[in-house]
Amino acid sequence: MLIRAVLHRIATGLVTLVVVSVLIFLGTSVLPGDVASIILGQMATPESLAALRSTLGLDQPAYLRYFMWLGDLLSGDLGISKAGSGAGTGGTPISEMIAPRLANTVHLAGAVALIAVPLSLGLGLAAAARAGTRLDRSITLTTLGLVSVPEFLVATALVLVVAVYLGWLPATAYVSGTETGTALLKALALPTLTLVVVASSQIIRMTRASVLNVMSSPYIEMAVLKGLPRRRIVLRHALPNAVGPIVNVIALNLAYLVSGVVIVETIFAYPGLAKLMVDAVQTRDLPLVQACAMIFCSAYIVLVFIADLASILSNPRLRYPR
Amino acid sequence: MAALLEIEKLVVNATGGADYPAPVIQGVSLQLEAGEVLALIGESGSGKTTLALSALGYAKPGLEFRAGEVRLNGDDILAMAPDEKRSLRGQRVAYLAQSAAAAFNPALRIGAQVTEASVLHGQLSQAEADRRAADLYRALGLPDPDHLGRRYPHQVSGGQLQRLMAAMALCTRPDLLVLDEPTTALDVTTQIEVLKAFKDVIRQEGAAALYVTHDLSVVAQIADRIAVLYAGEIKEYGSVDEILHRPKHRYTRQLIDAVRPPPDTALGPLEAKDAEQDVPALEVTNLTAGYGRKQASGQLLKVLRDVHIRVERGHTLGVIGESGCGKSTLARVISGLLPAMQGEVRLKDEPLEPSLRQRERRQLQEIQFVFQMADNALNPHQRVDQLLGRPLEFYFGLSGDAKKQRIAELLHMVELPPEFSGRYPEELSGGQKQRINLARALAASPEILLCDEVISALDTIIGASIIRLLKRLRQQTGVAFVFISHDLSAVASFADDIAVLYAGQVVEQGPARRVLAPPYHPYTRLLIASVPELDSSWLERTLALRETRASIDQAVEITDRGCPFYRRCPVAIAGTCDRETPPSHTLDQGYTIVCHRSEAELRRGSFS
Amino acid sequence: MSPPVDSPSDISHSQDGSRERPIRRLRFSTAGKTGIAVILFWSAMVLVGPWIAPYHEAEFLDEALFIVPGLDDPYPATDFQPPGAVAWLGTDYLGRDTLSRLLYGARTTIGISLIATLLAYLIGITLGIAAAAGGRVLDSSLSRLNDAVLSMPTIMLGLVVISAYGSSLPVLIALTSVIYASSVFRIARAFGLDIMVSDFVDAARVRGEGLGWIIRHEVLPGMILPMASDFGLRFVYIILFLSGLSFLGLGVQPPQSDWGGMVRENLAGLPYGAIAPLVPALAIATLTVAINLVVDDISAHHGGKLAGEII
Repeated sequence: MLIRAVLHRIATGLVTLVVVSVLIFLGTSVLPGDVASIILGQMATPESLAALRSTLGLDQPAYLRYFMWLGDLLSGDLGISKAGSGAGTGGTPISEMIAPRLANTVHLAGAVALIAVPLSLGLGLAAAARAGTRLDRSITLTTLGLVSVPEFLVATALVLVVAVYLGWLPATAYVSGTETGTALLKALALPTLTLVVVASSQIIRMTRASVLNVMSSPYIEMAVLKGLPRRRIVLRHALPNAVGPIVNVIALNLAYLVSGVVIVETIFAYPGLAKLMVDAVQTRDLPLVQACAMIFCSAYIVLVFIADLASILSNPRLRYPR
Repeated sequence: MAALLEIEKLVVNATGGADYPAPVIQGVSLQLEAGEVLALIGESGSGKTTLALSALGYAKPGLEFRAGEVRLNGDDILAMAPDEKRSLRGQRVAYLAQSAAAAFNPALRIGAQVTEASVLHGQLSQAEADRRAADLYRALGLPDPDHLGRRYPHQVSGGQLQRLMAAMALCTRPDLLVLDEPTTALDVTTQIEVLKAFKDVIRQEGAAALYVTHDLSVVAQIADRIAVLYAGEIKEYGSVDEILHRPKHRYTRQLIDAVRPPPDTALGPLEAKDAEQDVPALEVTNLTAGYGRKQASGQLLKVLRDVHIRVERGHTLGVIGESGCGKSTLARVISGLLPAMQGEVRLKDEPLEPSLRQRERRQLQEIQFVFQMADNALNPHQRVDQLLGRPLEFYFGLSGDAKKQRIAELLHMVELPPEFSGRYPEELSGGQKQRINLARALAASPEILLCDEVISALDTIIGASIIRLLKRLRQQTGVAFVFISHDLSAVASFADDIAVLYAGQVVEQGPARRVLAPPYHPYTRLLIASVPELDSSWLERTLALRETRASIDQAVEITDRGCPFYRRCPVAIAGTCDRETPPSHTLDQGYTIVCHRSEAELRRGSFS
Repeated sequence: MSPPVDSPSDISHSQDGSRERPIRRLRFSTAGKTGIAVILFWSAMVLVGPWIAPYHEAEFLDEALFIVPGLDDPYPATDFQPPGAVAWLGTDYLGRDTLSRLLYGARTTIGISLIATLLAYLIGITLGIAAAAGGRVLDSSLSRLNDAVLSMPTIMLGLVVISAYGSSLPVLIALTSVIYASSVFRIARAFGLDIMVSDFVDAARVRGEGLGWIIRHEVLPGMILPMASDFGLRFVYIILFLSGLSFLGLGVQPPQSDWGGMVRENLAGLPYGAIAPLVPALAIATLTVAINLVVDDISAHHGGKLAGEII
């Protein structure tokens, strides 16, 4: 039963990945002429367009192009940046452009996850355990405020306070790749802080909600009437039942970091994958957009899969069938 | 000597404020001696659970103790600091919740939960507590006591879980047990064993108990004294004998009347069988039905199997069976909500299409369905006049004054005043909602009313008043009823004919007075023996019968082969009953028992 | 001991009527009332903003306005001016009045978001009810399709589509409403399925009512209140999403002013402490926080069913 459930999730995840790749491909490739005319720009003549289309394989039917693209993707060949994202980069293999950017983004997201997850679990549990107190109310109100404001407000406010008025940190986070130690930390500090604030608020709220939801169940009342101390009730009776929902919340919010990363990298001019993608969208460099989108969506799907797995594993009904 | 528990002038209020102005408990005082069992009896909302929980110094969220004292061995519980309350709860006073399925933590093993309080309060080491738990499992008649603790709550049955909760409460050897309707959610045949286990273990442990329930006959078995609660006040207080046999208060007398079916109606009218009524109002033949869910074997799940029933015009067929026996499915198939896999439903000799989409409007109009939960059957966004007006428009094209007048008539029929037409369901009490639910079905002027557990969600007294209403309507309108219930006494008091359903098959069917008298199908006998009586010796008497003992801990199984009752049957013939489909004995016109035993054997095996 | 006043069995209607429940009315907390006030304020600004704005949104303020008497500077800078008597909220990177642009921008930001939310609702509810009421095949095909849309982060879907079709108001509105229709679909379908299996719908089916009547009279009325608070949340997400795109330079295109775009174009002033990027960001925040406060009150009223909804 357990194994079947896990296999089912794996299969669902793979199908979702394929569907997403189709969506991305359709989203960017249904207009066959586009890439060629973008590359040639105003110099396009009907003949040169046709010639370029056939070199790029654009004259093939859409489903063939999809399979070619998917095949390349699976063999690690992300293609060539066709329109180029700026002078001189036209024709660069996408994997070369992506590799350093991806590393930067992973650093940023990793730092955020390391800080945000324990921080927000702690605050969420504290708020739930002391529901109704002043601590709970201030946590609830602050996080409600933070989840409903745009990421760029958090970022600009932090820059104004920390960088401009206090002068502690630089206002931008340009990383050339050679920085080490303090310089790297300083560059990463503000983007990380912004994302931590944004991601934690959501996790805190939902951790609190899931624990409170469990805390209102009859078996918790039973535990109270057995004379158990509050700590034990929260940690031993409520938490195991809230693990499934909480892991889900964490995974979803780490996935939600994707959009946060896009905004934050832009604000701080941080050279990550998301900034690369936004630039690619602006220059309509479709192959590059496709590759970046595939990477982000795969990360998202993997996180959701991990969350599903955790909630399956935390359910005794599935672990110990009758 | 001071009493074990003393409650003095206790007042409990809702914290909500203006919405609920009346106190939930209004100055109640009572005393409980060591080793005594006191029953708190009352309807929903009478404050009985709130009162019982005060013995643990606990008020449910939304309630608060306003005045009064609760003393256990002289210690004022309400004045205790949180720490003191913690060491009181689970240790000196223990609680058994109404639904064990909800009160056990699904994520923890049973053993850990049973022993938790005694280990945590420092009474026993884990090993000692495990031994104590195993002893309790044994005393409670639970299977495999040495390994039961390793299981998770979802791995044991409801009746077992209910007894496990008793083990959880008793593990710390508390002075006082608070039991909150601990058998209400169980089927009658399961209820006996659980009740017996509770009774024995309470005696054996010498604990005092507060037993909260709405069921007088359950109380009669287990309590020493009874307190009758109504609207947050104790109306009457005395020994079981005094209350049951010499009730003083009017409300107590009503409670008792609502339990005991008047003997003359119990056997149904004698002229029930008129020979010339050849065309029945409704006839179901060869019916097999189920749901699309596949079983492990790859077959479709059949909930009903080869069912025949017959409802004479103007008569009432009672369909009785325990949860999961397929009785609601029967109503859904007759109404066309669930198309049958096989078989036929005939309305006045006219075959009906299986699915309601293919039925004619006239046919739909003649069969009306009254759903179990009025709460869910009435759209909360429609006023009473809209609810009742729609069938009038739909079937008879009524509008304007004609419709208004008919709505007033319908309200009058169900004994509600005409001004109710402007109300929303939310503004009605449970009994009123059920009346509107009935009125909506009556609006179609049907030939047949399908009543699915229409009183099971209601308090005893209100349920009894609905039954009275149904009887009056039967007389006034001549409508035929299919009255589905798990409550044998309700069926006995209302039905002309009875069909006993077990695991999707009709095991006995006939006129009520024949079905309720020997010879019995072994399952019918178990059912009858399981219905508690208002008599303190009933539990012992009934358990002395081998048929009630035999059924202990056997789950209901839907089988393809043999007799469905085989595994619980005290008179089963091994090699026959488990293999061959039992034959149907027709003992009289329209009276059948489906069993491998002969009529003579069934007669001999009968009791009383 | 006195007998209970409304003792059972007198006459039967008072008998069952002993515990009538009052209807719970929706009450707003102080926070909720503040929220309503802020929402009303911005709604008013959408209607009258351009008329009460001190300048036109595209008007470059004249240097003469900023000449400080006594200071010998005939050509003072007009960009990123701090708040003052001339420009109450300061000026932007081109020397335009931030307040005026904010008032003009309210119309674009709130207007587009509202249109997109309404469209998302139209699509989502229609398909959601179709899935709930239209049988298993329709339901599972619609649900699979929906899962696919939901399996991509919204911003990714946005970036992919804009990279292919460019950014224009019709593309933005269509894109946003399709993305968010998928969440509306999920909720509408869940509510619809919930209601479709209730006894009162069965009661209507047994009566012989058609599907259309059942949807109009039994299903829709039950969905309105719970979906109302979801509408608020969805509107907030759409404002944030569209502002995010504008902030990335992929949303509303200049010279039209919109709040997200205003943050972006003034970002250069941030290191010098200009408040021009902060003001529009704060404006968005006041509106979204206000809506959330009201939604909190509404969802607390009907049991907070939707409080956990995030996607």
